[in-house]
Amino acid sequence: MIRTLLSEVKEYKGASVATPLFMILEVLMEMMIPFLMASIIDDGVNAGDIGHIYKVGGIMVIAAAIGLLAGMAGGRYGAKASAGFAKNLRETMFNHIQTFSFANIDKYSTAGLVTRLTTDVTNVQNAYQMTLRMFTRAPASLLCAMIMAFRINGKLSGVYLVAVVILGVLLALIMSHATRYFQQAFPKYDDMNASVQENVSAIRVVKAYVREEQETDKFKKASENIYRIFMKAEGNLVYNAPLMQITVYSCILLISWIGAKMIVASELTTGELMSLLAYCMNILMSLMMLSMVFVMISMSMASIRRISEVLKESSDIKNPKEPVYEVADGSIEFRQVDFAYRKDSESPVLKDINLKIGSGEVVGIIGGTGSAKTSLVNLISRLYDVTGGAVYVGGRDVREYDMETLRNQVSVVLQNNVLFSGTILENLRWGSREATEEECKEACRQACADEFIQRFPDGYETHIEQGGSNVSGGQRQRLCIARALLKKPKILILDDSTSAVDTATDAKIRKAFREEIPDTTKLIIAQRIGSVKDADRIIVMDEGCVDGFGTHEELLRENAIYREVYESQTSGGGDFDEKAGD
Amino acid sequence: MAGPMRRVPRGVKPQVENPMKIFKRLMAYVFQYYKFHYIAVVVLIFVSVLSNVQGTMFMKNLIDDYITPFLLEDAPDFTPLANAIVRVACFYCVGIISTYAYNRIMINVTQGTLRSLRDDLFAHMERLPIKYFDTHAHGDIMSVYTNDIDTLRQMISQSVPQVVSSGITIVSVFVSMLILSVPLTAVTLAMVAVMILSSKAAAGRSGKYFLEQQKNIGAVNGYIEEMMNGQKVVKVFCHEEENKKAFKELNDRLFVSADKANTFANFLGPITAQLGNISYVVCAIVGGALALNHVGGFTLGGLASFLTFNKSFSMPINQVSQQLNAVVMAMAGAQRVFALLDEKEEQDDGYVTLVNAVSEDGKLKESNERTGMWAWKHMHQADGSVDYVEVKGDVVFNGVDFGYSDDKIVLHDVKLFAEPGQKIAFVGSTGAGKTTITNLINRFYDIQDGKIRYDGININKIKKNDLRRSLGIVLQDTHLFTGTVKENIRFGKLDATDEEVVAAARLANADGFIRRLPKGYDTMLTGDGANLSQGQRQLLAIARAAVADPPVLILDEATSSIDTRTERIVQDGMDKLMNGRTTFVIAHRLSTVRNSDCIMVLEQGRIIERGTHEQLIEEKGRYYQLYTGNSISA
Repeated sequence: MIRTLLSEVKEYKGASVATPLFMILEVLMEMMIPFLMASIIDDGVNAGDIGHIYKVGGIMVIAAAIGLLAGMAGGRYGAKASAGFAKNLRETMFNHIQTFSFANIDKYSTAGLVTRLTTDVTNVQNAYQMTLRMFTRAPASLLCAMIMAFRINGKLSGVYLVAVVILGVLLALIMSHATRYFQQAFPKYDDMNASVQENVSAIRVVKAYVREEQETDKFKKASENIYRIFMKAEGNLVYNAPLMQITVYSCILLISWIGAKMIVASELTTGELMSLLAYCMNILMSLMMLSMVFVMISMSMASIRRISEVLKESSDIKNPKEPVYEVADGSIEFRQVDFAYRKDSESPVLKDINLKIGSGEVVGIIGGTGSAKTSLVNLISRLYDVTGGAVYVGGRDVREYDMETLRNQVSVVLQNNVLFSGTILENLRWGSREATEEECKEACRQACADEFIQRFPDGYETHIEQGGSNVSGGQRQRLCIARALLKKPKILILDDSTSAVDTATDAKIRKAFREEIPDTTKLIIAQRIGSVKDADRIIVMDEGCVDGFGTHEELLRENAIYREVYESQTSGGGDFDEKAGD
Repeated sequence: MAGPMRRVPRGVKPQVENPMKIFKRLMAYVFQYYKFHYIAVVVLIFVSVLSNVQGTMFMKNLIDDYITPFLLEDAPDFTPLANAIVRVACFYCVGIISTYAYNRIMINVTQGTLRSLRDDLFAHMERLPIKYFDTHAHGDIMSVYTNDIDTLRQMISQSVPQVVSSGITIVSVFVSMLILSVPLTAVTLAMVAVMILSSKAAAGRSGKYFLEQQKNIGAVNGYIEEMMNGQKVVKVFCHEEENKKAFKELNDRLFVSADKANTFANFLGPITAQLGNISYVVCAIVGGALALNHVGGFTLGGLASFLTFNKSFSMPINQVSQQLNAVVMAMAGAQRVFALLDEKEEQDDGYVTLVNAVSEDGKLKESNERTGMWAWKHMHQADGSVDYVEVKGDVVFNGVDFGYSDDKIVLHDVKLFAEPGQKIAFVGSTGAGKTTITNLINRFYDIQDGKIRYDGININKIKKNDLRRSLGIVLQDTHLFTGTVKENIRFGKLDATDEEVVAAARLANADGFIRRLPKGYDTMLTGDGANLSQGQRQLLAIARAAVADPPVLILDEATSSIDTRTERIVQDGMDKLMNGRTTFVIAHRLSTVRNSDCIMVLEQGRIIERGTHEQLIEEKGRYYQLYTGNSISA
């Protein structure tokens, strides 16, 4: 899992190796200082040799200067390595998501993917920098200080060894406890977030029913839960500082006592005692630092897992080895097609579909929610792969085509369609990169979008906000249709794409289709009978099966479901078309 | 919704104005609950620091008073040293206990403050007008509760005690250094000045790039959010390569600023640490020279102590400088927290209240029990007399003008009469102002001009909560809450018995599907009822309104694509609910419109036609066009 991520370090490997090396150099320089100090006191001050003091002092200044440079270099490369690693991770993830099939996309929520690309990557970036810098610095400093202490006086340094072991064990215990509580805290946070989100988005309901106080009480409970769990987690961490003090103070006192006796017995010099005391802080602080780093890394494990999940997800729809780049015509055929969103699912979404649609035909599709209308059309442009049988476009299995060719020839206007931030023209050119302004306008005329675009002060240069939030639902749908038309496809699929357009405009669009692009096969999914009535043929879907396929008149005569829908929509149960365009 | 959507882009952090004021306010907030805790913490920190300092002072005595004399004796007596060590150990013990105690109290203070801040935020948020939610991105509101409060945690729990402890340390160490040697203190101070200046330079550069990094993060996040949302469209249009290119550009820009920001931030550590070491060396050389020449009685033991102080002097300065960053971030967070707390609450000057009533001898009297009959209790301000008016559901709009802001009026001169039990339908295109009108009845928004009367009372005189309690509402977008099905229905009436809940569900045609759920009425709903279908959620919303049993109903019919059969069940439920109540319905369905007592046709914020279905068909106006589908797209 970690290896998957680490392979993204790529060109920042050099920096990643340099960082710990510089950190170790900085530690080495730092460690020399107390050692040289001892020399100053013993050989310089005690021996009354001022020359020695200057000499050793000079060496110390140089050591500190090298340490400073090494520290800065370590910081520089650490920043570069971690920021670069994060950059690569984001880019690889983003590019990888671009290869996802619809089935892959369905598996993740949008918010989930966004968090993985942002927060999780930032967590990993911080953990990586921490590892490169602190994870080498702390143990190196611990080790060096230990070695130096032992070189000065093995017997006295034994005290440190004991202290390190005891403190290490206790810290590990505390940290593992605390980490466990911290991990429990995350779901509690989610609960609280859910409570806030619910109230922010449903504030009208809360206010309409005057439930402010009740909701506040509910929130207080969630808030109280967080309070409790954090009290527990931090209640553990509270022991860190006093524990540290106990160890440091005990070491100082023990060393003073034993050291004093040793000095009297001439086994130790005053200078050496001072150095030993200086190393004491170094050793124990490094240990503390090390335990903190462990906590940081273990907390970022969740992020690592979530990122590698995305990176390991492989698209199940791939281009064939020798793809076909030409779609002959707009004919469609379904042969014994079975389809399920999950291969192991027991009840397939589509069962044994057999359909033949000629090139240039206009076909309406109608059926209740969950009758698999959308699933049916999504198979045509290979947004999903069939689980049984085959779908043919232009006489060939869709799996033989180059995917880009297929999707350019089979243009789908999705049910949940979105526009992107940019001008109208830029949005339209998603359909065809090279489309001239005239072509764009022509497509808009056919989609009945030209009339309202012309009325915008900036016309085709009008800026569309993210998701198209500054145009009405009906306008958005018409822009999406125009965008799809620009592909000049052989097959055009409208998945409930005129639901927010008023009936008259809806009819006008269909008329334009009939007259302007007669050779294009058109599939129109709709809730309103009116939208499909004049199609060449209509497919009636019911629970994943084709219940009827024929003209309006035929179906009215022979198909019970169609008749029922027709009657309910015309005899008072229907749709009062208020959703007039703009 | 035709609300005004002005949203501030996310990820761009505003500069903190007047950080001192925010800091003071935050501390005042903490003191409000934890004054004595905080005082205790300061005292305990003081004790803890003193105990540390006395230990350092002991180092001087160790060498000068014990070790050096011992060396002169043949058979030294270690008892005085043992006594001294025990004494120091006792002081240390006090210090350790203080450290534990203040850390312990600090968690109480921090977590308690954060909890009450969260609670205050939420309670305040619930009282904000709808307009606030229209004009603020929901993600931004939510991030106040998590990100911004989190920045405060670090500040309250670590930065403040750290600064206090460092401050005490600096002062006490400084005094001790002065006692030991004035010249060496001067040397140390000079080095500290160099340290502060150079770290300030690095911090300044880093801060500049951090701002740039935040901006770039905002841009990258925005792009990711947009593209992940439209990922399916990206696939359909084979737009992957363009996306990769655009993303790479933004991502590279982020890298450059992140790299620089982190680099300069990383410089801080080595600069302070190594300059601290150099300061140590300089003191050692100068001190060594002084001790050798016995200048001013400076001794070798004095030098040892001084060098330890030198280290303890630069360390707290480092710590304070490290905390500064956290404090700046916390101030930005606190600014947003207080901004939310400072938002003006919904105003309510109403004094007419809703009470249960019984009719005795043709006169209304207030009752403590739920009688099924409601009355407006009208307390006259002039003489204190009390009137009761029965709640019937008589609603009158007179010359109402309304706009989300004063300069943009969206409803013009709306006149409307609804008699008790009547059904009023609003029809018109999106943005014509149908939803807006219904939002005025329950005072989600206040009108600019004109009057709305409810049972003859100006609605501004009715207490908002009582007004809303008398109005049932079923919105187009159904919102459910985390909890059981039963709890969700009971949202309409908190003290509803189980029988009442089931009865309401029956009326709404929801009973059938609820019983088929795995745990029936006790099935947990999460994520806005994500485990239910659109139709089922609507049925629950109807049941919720039914259990409230209000005299007036506001219905916003769903336009979403639910299939014909489910729609019929939902419709039937709605019809039963409307029976016998004054109903305002934003109609999308033919049958609803046709069965209405009065139809209002809206266009661009004006009622352009009104009448029954037959009358309007007769008129052959806009309604006729809509009805026959012969309208020309406006």
